[in-house]
Order: sequence, then structure tokens, then C-alpha cells
Amino acid sequence: MKSGSNLEKILERGEFAVTGECGPPKGADVEVIKRKAQFLKGNVDAINVTDNQTSIVRMSSIATCALLNQMGLEGTMQMVSRDRNRIAMQSDIFGAYALGIRNILCLSGDHQKFGNHPTAKNVFDIDSIQMIQMVKLMRDEGKVLGGDEIQGVPKMFIGAAANPFADPFEFRVVRLAKKVKAGVDFIQTQCIYDLDKFERWMEMVRKRGLHEKIHILGGVTPLKSVGMAKYMATKVSGIEIPEKVIKRMQDAPKDKKAEEGIDICVETIQRLFKMEGIHGIHLMAIEWEEMVETIVKKAGLYPRPKVED
Amino acid sequence: MSEFEPEIIAFCCHYCAYTAADLAGSMRINYPPNVKIVKLLCTGKVDVLYLLKAFQAGADGVYVAGCLEGECHFLEGNLRAKKRVERTKMILEEIGIGGERVEMYNLSAAEGIRFAEIAKEMTERIRNLGPNPIKGGVGRKE
Amino acid sequence: MIVAERKPFNEILAMVEPFEKILVIGCKTCVTVCSAGGEKEVGILSASLDMARKKEGKGIEIKEVTLERQCDPEYLEQIRGYVGEYQAILSMACGAGVQFMAETYKEKPVYPTLNTKFIGVALEQGVWSERCAGCGDCVLDKTGGICPIARCSKSLLNGPCGGSVNGKCEIDSEVECGWQLIYDRLKALGQLDKLEEIIPVKDWSSSRDGGPRRIVREDLRL
Repeated sequence: MKSGSNLEKILERGEFAVTGECGPPKGADVEVIKRKAQFLKGNVDAINVTDNQTSIVRMSSIATCALLNQMGLEGTMQMVSRDRNRIAMQSDIFGAYALGIRNILCLSGDHQKFGNHPTAKNVFDIDSIQMIQMVKLMRDEGKVLGGDEIQGVPKMFIGAAANPFADPFEFRVVRLAKKVKAGVDFIQTQCIYDLDKFERWMEMVRKRGLHEKIHILGGVTPLKSVGMAKYMATKVSGIEIPEKVIKRMQDAPKDKKAEEGIDICVETIQRLFKMEGIHGIHLMAIEWEEMVETIVKKAGLYPRPKVED
Repeated sequence: MSEFEPEIIAFCCHYCAYTAADLAGSMRINYPPNVKIVKLLCTGKVDVLYLLKAFQAGADGVYVAGCLEGECHFLEGNLRAKKRVERTKMILEEIGIGGERVEMYNLSAAEGIRFAEIAKEMTERIRNLGPNPIKGGVGRKE
Repeated sequence: MIVAERKPFNEILAMVEPFEKILVIGCKTCVTVCSAGGEKEVGILSASLDMARKKEGKGIEIKEVTLERQCDPEYLEQIRGYVGEYQAILSMACGAGVQFMAETYKEKPVYPTLNTKFIGVALEQGVWSERCAGCGDCVLDKTGGICPIARCSKSLLNGPCGGSVNGKCEIDSEVECGWQLIYDRLKALGQLDKLEEIIPVKDWSSSRDGGPRRIVREDLRL
């Protein structure tokens, strides 16, 4: 065991993992977290907490994870390279581990232009791949990047993101291979709507044997409405939604659109379940956390396995 | 109170606009004496600075007259002039003189009547705008 | 070259508000090439200031000068004979020139008329694009001659990120994804294997992060 986290145990046991997501509040309102946590409890194995996603200032990922841990859930902290330099990152990792956090997702981060502080200076001292290397160095060699020995080694389960739908397509797998080389333990992909394209990507992944070195979790997000589908397809970079999926949402009867979105999501999960090399799903029911239980149950993934401490 | 008589400078290209002006003359078509013509080989020679200096010296209005687009003797001179007139409009707005005081016109050498029309049009426009706000000020020192 | 852009007119007009006799000094090097602060632009700014001040009912006396460069002391010396007659200097040079002018003529207020933007190239007449961030430790050999620090919005050394779509950066569809460019170039050069290696964390101490920089060549000093 590298970290002993719930997520790690489930993956190491060969179970199909389910991770969820919790977006922290735009302030110190703990009730928001409590409400979302309630919907996720018992339905997922670990909960990703985003780090100032889209550069909008929110409660820190570490603080939110610590609160989730207090509620008996397992938080997965996310850290972007946009806002912190290596000094702050390593410091935060020490603190996170001390607070009981065991999973970390290493990301580049959205540019600050998208958020509510577009005039801020950005950092980008190190990139996501170098971050993975850094966390691995801390865990496996007990050293910080500068070389000093660590007093109390943070043993994190290291994750990263992969986007099979960004360009250049042929290079995406090479980049994944670099993350594997850097020492990543698990990968969560961007949400999948085009399963054919995803299969092509997985073929390239399997060709390099990467699926045997790390755990890959496929990202899924249920569509609530046609508007949401169109918005995501055009305005959110790195997300592709095929015409036939949008058409399905459009053709569904007016009061059954949300249901159609859930069905599409469940079908995606079922296809991912059967895919070689996919060890779980990352369910991002953004601002729709109340549907997580329904989705997990319909997909046949309930109850979640319990692992011994 | 004396009626305001605008002072207008027209930068005209040799091949089209100036020839049209000549034609207007020989056809005995009247156009306002307010317009003083400065002949250039091509409107492409016009610089933003020439237009600004004309206003600095007290001109109330300035226009640049060149060949029809696509027919410039030097191919793109009139297109360059058009862009420079646009820029001058912006600068005149910034300073508070007003971008409507400068304009770009295109016509062919055969259009004596059009030349006179343009001269009248511009004179009336400037008459309505009133004199150059800096009139009577101190001149520039080199 | 260093690429700059002239400040909005109102800002400059406000700077000269207390003065009646000023020098407007241009530069014949970088800022001439990017049409921001050369002889022509000195003429345009001076004419504009003159007219704007007259409109306010105040005059202003302006002497127009354009020096070869404002970053070499020999050229700045050329105005020493008459600089004392003027109340302020408007420099149309890049940030380096403005400062050097101010250091050379300490008793004269020196004001910037340009916003210095970047080190870049001319793509066509009227279009300039950033190329170099002056990081002090060039990595162009590793990336096919395309700089990941300057041309990637996130300065990633192991890019691209997940926001690269159709060769464009997530921040703006007009901005090319630096890493798509690097990928294409290395592919054309048959050097794609370079991208399989992880480029390690950068030593930023050679860049502006390490503090104001200075180079000394003892072999050239007299």
C-alpha cells in the first residue's frame, strides 16, 4: 500500500471504483459541503474536491477535504499549478497529509482569464507532470525537491487527469505515458460522451501497456438539459459531445429530458465497465449531486464495497 | 456677425482627383472657393502627419481624394490612404477636434461633376461643424 | 525586437498638464520598427498635444527629437546641450530607454509614452507577435525552436494541457497552442521522440523571478 487510502484499497483489490466530485462553496459556508456530502455518502469511494476550478475563488481543496474527512468521507484533494509555486505546494502537501488526506490529483489548472480574478498574476512554476514527479519524490524518497529530508513523509496516492478529447489526438497517449513515467498511480479522464473516440484512445493506451501500470477511471457527467449539452459542447474546452447525443436530448419529451440524460450516463458507465483497462468511473454530477445515488444504483454499482481499515 | 467661411484643404492625386478638378474647371462647373488643392502624385503619399499639420495650421476640414478602389495608378496607394484617414479620424476624436472634419473620397479622372459635388459636400459639412476649435492659437516651434 | 504600443492619448495629456515647454524624444530602433515611438510617431504625438492644449486655451511648446537609441549613453548625451531649457521629457522609447533617460537627466521629470509589451517579431506589416519571455535559460533546442515559456499560456514544459483544441489555446481562439506548434515542428523534423522525455522543473532563478538581472563581461571592460 502506498497511501492506505480507501480508493487505493478498492483499486488494489480489483474492484470497479466509483469516485465523485464536490465543488467547494464560494466562501466559508460549510453547509454547502454538508449538503453535497450527504448525497455522496455511501455512493462513492472517494470524493474529488476541485481547486479554484475555472479560476473562480472557492474554499480551498485541502480545507474542504479535511471537512469531508471529519464527516467520515474520503476527500481527494486537487492541486493546480496556476496558483502555487513548489514551495507552497510541498508545504500544502505536508499539511494535507497531517489532516488525514491521502489522495491527490495533480493538474495544470484553467487559465485565470476564465475566472473572477482575470487580472491576477499566475504562477505555473511547475507543470502537472513535474508535480507528479515531486509528490512521488516526497513519498518514496522522503525528500523535498530541493533535496532536504522530510520530517514526517506524506504518503499520497497520486492521481492526474487525462483528456482523450483534446488535441493533438495522437499525442494524448504519449502525454499519458509521460505521466505514468513520472509516477502517477491513477488517472481520471475528462467526461466522456463520444465512446467511439474514447475506445480508439484506449486502444492506443493498451498498445503501450499503460493500462496495466496504472488505474484508469473514465469520467462521466449526466446531462440535465439540451442547453447544458450545447453549452458544454461549445463553450467548455476539451469536451466533445457527438451530434447523436445532443439529438437524443433534443428528441426526448419535454419533461423527460433529465431522465434521458441520466440514461445516457448510465449506458456510458455500463460500456466503460466492460472496457479492458478501465478500473472505475469518476462521476461528476456538477450541481446535481442528488442524482448520484440514482445513477450508481441504476448502473449496478451499489452498494459500494467496504474495505477493512 | 460674419458668416463662417470654412478653410478646406484637399489632397488630390495627380492621376484621378486632380485631373477631375481640372475637368470641372474646363467644364465651368463651380465649386466652393473654400477648397484649396494640394496635388500629390498618389494619395499613398499622404501621411497621417500631413493631415494633422493641416489642422494645426488652422484648416477647418481636410479631405483626401484618390482614384476609385482597384484603379489606383500605383495599385494600393489609395488603400493605404484610406487606412491613414481612418487613423487620423481616431486621433482627431481623441484630441477633441472631431473625426468628421477629415474624409476620404474616391473618384475617376472623368468625374468633373463628382469633384465639384465632393467639394460642396465637404464645405457644407464643415460649415455646419463650425470653425476648427484651435483657430487663432500659437503655432508650432520646430 | 522589443514591441511596444503607445499609451492612450488622455494618459499622456494628463502627464504634461503642469508643463508648458517639453521635449518629445523618439527612438530609431525597436519602437520605430513597430511604429510606436519613431520619428513619425513623435510628430503625430507632438501635433496632437499641441492641438489638444490649444483647444483647452493653453499653449505648449514642444521640441521634437529622435535619437538613434535611448539605451546607450552616447546617444543620450546628444541632448545635454539644451535639455536644461525644457521642463519635462516625454520619452517615446521602451521602458529601458525611458529609465535610462531618467537616470541620465536626474533633475528632469521623464515620462513614458509607450506601454512596453514583449520581445517579438513582425508577422506582417502591422502585426507583431510575442516570441521570447527572457527566461535566461533557453530551451529552444528541446522544443524544435518554439518557446514553451513564451508561447504556451501556462508556460508548461511538458504540454499541451487539456485545453488545446484545433491547435488553439483555451484562452483565446486567436492564440495558437504553443505545444501544438512544438508537436507539429518536431514531427516535421522527425524528432518526436524528444517529447517522450520529461523535461524537469525549471530553474527560474535565471529569469526575472531571481531579481533584477545584470551581465558583466570583464573582457570587454576597459
